[in-house]
Amino acid sequence: MTATTKRIESPAAGLTERVRSSLSVIGSQEFILAALIVVLSLLIYSYNPRFGAERNLLNILSNSAYIAVAAIGMTLVIITGNIDISIAALIGVLGTISGQLAVHGYPVWIAWLAPVVVGILIEGVIGYFVAFLRIPAIVVTLGMASILRGGLILATGGAWIYDLPQDFFLSQKQPLGIPMPIYFMVALVILAALWMRYSPAGRAIYAIGGNKEAARLSGLSEQRVLMMVFLINGLMVGVASVLYTTQFTTIQSSVPSGLELTVITAAVVGGVSILGGSGTVIGALMGAILIRTINSGMIFVNVSAYWLQAVQGIMILLTVLVDIVRRRRQMAAIGRQ
Amino acid sequence: MGMREAEQERPTLALQLRDFALRQEGVLVAIMIVSVIVLSITSNNFLTTDNLLNQARLLTEVGLIALPMTYIIITGGIDLSVGSILGFSAVMLGWLWQEQGWPLEVAVVACIAIGTLSGLLNGLFIVYVKVPPIIMTLATLALYRGLAYGISQARSARGYPDWFFRFGAGDFLGLPTQIWFLIVGAIFSGILLARTPFGRGLYAIGNNVTGARFAGIPVDRYLLFIYTFAGFMSGLAAFIFTSRVSTTRADSGTGLELDVIAAVVLGGTSIMGGTGTITGTMLGLVLIQLLKNGLSLSGVKGDATIVVIGVVLIFAILANNFIQKRLQRA
Repeated sequence: MTATTKRIESPAAGLTERVRSSLSVIGSQEFILAALIVVLSLLIYSYNPRFGAERNLLNILSNSAYIAVAAIGMTLVIITGNIDISIAALIGVLGTISGQLAVHGYPVWIAWLAPVVVGILIEGVIGYFVAFLRIPAIVVTLGMASILRGGLILATGGAWIYDLPQDFFLSQKQPLGIPMPIYFMVALVILAALWMRYSPAGRAIYAIGGNKEAARLSGLSEQRVLMMVFLINGLMVGVASVLYTTQFTTIQSSVPSGLELTVITAAVVGGVSILGGSGTVIGALMGAILIRTINSGMIFVNVSAYWLQAVQGIMILLTVLVDIVRRRRQMAAIGRQ
Repeated sequence: MGMREAEQERPTLALQLRDFALRQEGVLVAIMIVSVIVLSITSNNFLTTDNLLNQARLLTEVGLIALPMTYIIITGGIDLSVGSILGFSAVMLGWLWQEQGWPLEVAVVACIAIGTLSGLLNGLFIVYVKVPPIIMTLATLALYRGLAYGISQARSARGYPDWFFRFGAGDFLGLPTQIWFLIVGAIFSGILLARTPFGRGLYAIGNNVTGARFAGIPVDRYLLFIYTFAGFMSGLAAFIFTSRVSTTRADSGTGLELDVIAAVVLGGTSIMGGTGTITGTMLGLVLIQLLKNGLSLSGVKGDATIVVIGVVLIFAILANNFIQKRLQRA
């Protein structure tokens, strides 16, 4: 008798379960962001149809790439409960190294690879200070940012780099009519998303961010995971610096102003919890595209681009508010059970 | 036993000196004396009244903000938005006066009020919504700087009347006017921290927030006050900065948080919270300015001196951790 009831009940339960899980996809941060990007694009398009030109849409995606790639690394860093505010300075330094190698006659693949290697090394130093010397990441990266920024001025005197070889401009290449940065963005986001979801190392990052003590007791070395996260961050920042630098015909040997905030905004808006333990790189990708859509849209609706940073600040604040309210509700729901 | 207690209450001068030398302040004073000697030997322009007074003028804005930052870091918090608050308040000063036609005196008051409100907003979110200070002030670092750019549209305001420059470029009783603000502020903040229940409350919050709450310390009110105080000081610094450099620009105070935090941390305030003094912060402030001055006298470009601040910041924390560990072992 009980067995029959169970058999009758279970498909129904499975159905509600399935409905509920598809609802939770709709409620997920990534889906909300994707919907937001579409709605916003349609609004801007209805105000000014030129926004919808294929050229412009490709530009938005292409310009999102370096932000999204850097935001992959930032997402990992924030999941572990840390932060990196040195990446704008780092991208400035790496771009200049890349350009200097290119104008001094090195093959372009060296000019593209060197910033990635140096990026990994510098983030490795940051990781060492954070993981092994136990200095808060905010202070290490604040100090590192000023060392890099000052060092860049000392080394170059702020001189611009001209006359770069034609094949240096990776971001201006368009295989099959699609800008190169988009390939990098899509490939790296998919790789990172799969790795975070299915590899033990990827899961370990969430474990460390979620509950350090539990992670330690289950045999994870917090120090090694942190070190790995900063090394991956260096890799991503290195790639982002190449994508960023090779889109212009001159290199200004300066630090792109406010870029660290843009990347942090993309990661935070993408749903990485500031309290650690959760977040996805797909969300970060959506965050980056959303910022770029707003940025481009402001031009088409005649709002000065000088407001962009204020908009980013408000985006972070709103996301954080929503995150905190959501968590409180969850806690309350758990409490009720 | 009684003898011992009496001895502890009133240690001899020699003991006091030994304690002082072992503390971070003592080490800082020693480093400072060495750097002054080195600088005066290597450069003829260093030990001149003009240069020293000018250095005092230059460090005031950082110094004013370093006072509340000491409080904040003692409680285990941080405020990354102070440079942006300075930029935002300065822009509002110029904008209200030049674009809105407000009397300059009123615009100055509004500038300080806007700084204070900006700090209050940080405090409200940190205390009542429980947003971690790093994230809150990182968000408002972007927001306030963005408002500065948006409202001014990156146009600078200049052409202030003569009386306005008295505060940032003039003298009072033989010293740069603004240094008096810093002296009064430092004494006031120092006494508040060292001699009042409020000050002891801040240390308690930094050591153990939950414990502090159970002990009946009004944690929320104290935290709200210190972040608002940081906003107030940033607004005041914005006024002095504008008066010193004679223009308001949207990028005023960019990166200032670094100088402020470096001074506080070099002064022996633990970045983890729980320890720190205003005396230490003032020593850290002067020492960093000495280093910057020494570098620029030896021909290093002003922008590049921030390398030193970055190095100092990281090594001060390493040294601090080292000292704390040894103290714990002892």
